[in-house]
Amino acid sequence: MKFFKFLIIIFIILNINYLNAQSDNLSNKITKNLRCLICQGQSIYDSDSEFANSLKILVNEKLNEGLNEKQIYNYLKDKYGDWILYDPGFSKNTYFLWLFPILMFLLGGAIVLKLFIFKKN
Amino acid sequence: MKIKIFPIFFIIIFLIIFLILYKGLENPNVYAPKVDPEKNIPVFTAKIFSTNNKINSEKIFTGDKFYLMNIWASWCAPCRKEHAYLMNLSKQKNIEIIGLNYKDKYENAKNFLSKSNNPYSFIFLDKDGTIAIEWGAYGVPESFLIYKNKIIKKIIGPLDENLLLEIKKIIQ
Repeated sequence: MKFFKFLIIIFIILNINYLNAQSDNLSNKITKNLRCLICQGQSIYDSDSEFANSLKILVNEKLNEGLNEKQIYNYLKDKYGDWILYDPGFSKNTYFLWLFPILMFLLGGAIVLKLFIFKKN
Repeated sequence: MKIKIFPIFFIIIFLIIFLILYKGLENPNVYAPKVDPEKNIPVFTAKIFSTNNKINSEKIFTGDKFYLMNIWASWCAPCRKEHAYLMNLSKQKNIEIIGLNYKDKYENAKNFLSKSNNPYSFIFLDKDGTIAIEWGAYGVPESFLIYKNKIIKKIIGPLDENLLLEIKKIIQ
């Protein structure tokens, strides 16, 4: 019996999460990944500036026109450059940004290996 | 051999961080992203300021002359400052000034123009600011110098004496 109660509780918790995920729609997801260019440090979603409010309307308009997430990002990138995206794609301007942490990780790993593993041999 | 790896590693890391931060000192702290300057102007449909009818922008930006697309609003103080320069520019022969009235009340905008003259040969209406975004604008005031359907100069902020001279030089 205890086990069933436990299962029911888990089921309810999962459903609550699911409901929250539903209300967090695509428009919010997109505006959270857009930088408010005139109020640096805030996303379009967080900001209430004139620029951010217009952009929220535009994102909704574009979604209604049938554009998908990627097309909207490309459209805005064309107008404002990579800087408007919080999560810029992998390109010739951003490869250092993406590869540097991996490089550091490998270098650190190599040092750890050398110092602690090969030391034993 | 193993003792030397750590100091060298830290020195290299330190040098990289130092170089990146030192380079960053030279950059201005107001960041304006680089956007391809010679861009085609966007095509859009907008309401006309005085009649509320809709019009396609291709009908306005025709001809072989220069256009200055100016985004303005009656509530914006820097727009009042640049107004005199726009009036000056509107007297030039080979340039036409097109306005984009940004998030404004019609009565206020009309009063503003009747009080301090109208430099615009045509005005589009942008009630929700989405047309300004089509142009890649940040806010008001902002101006775009256009020739043969291409943006040849983008001016963020109000016009001033130097910019006015620069525009006059380009259009001659």
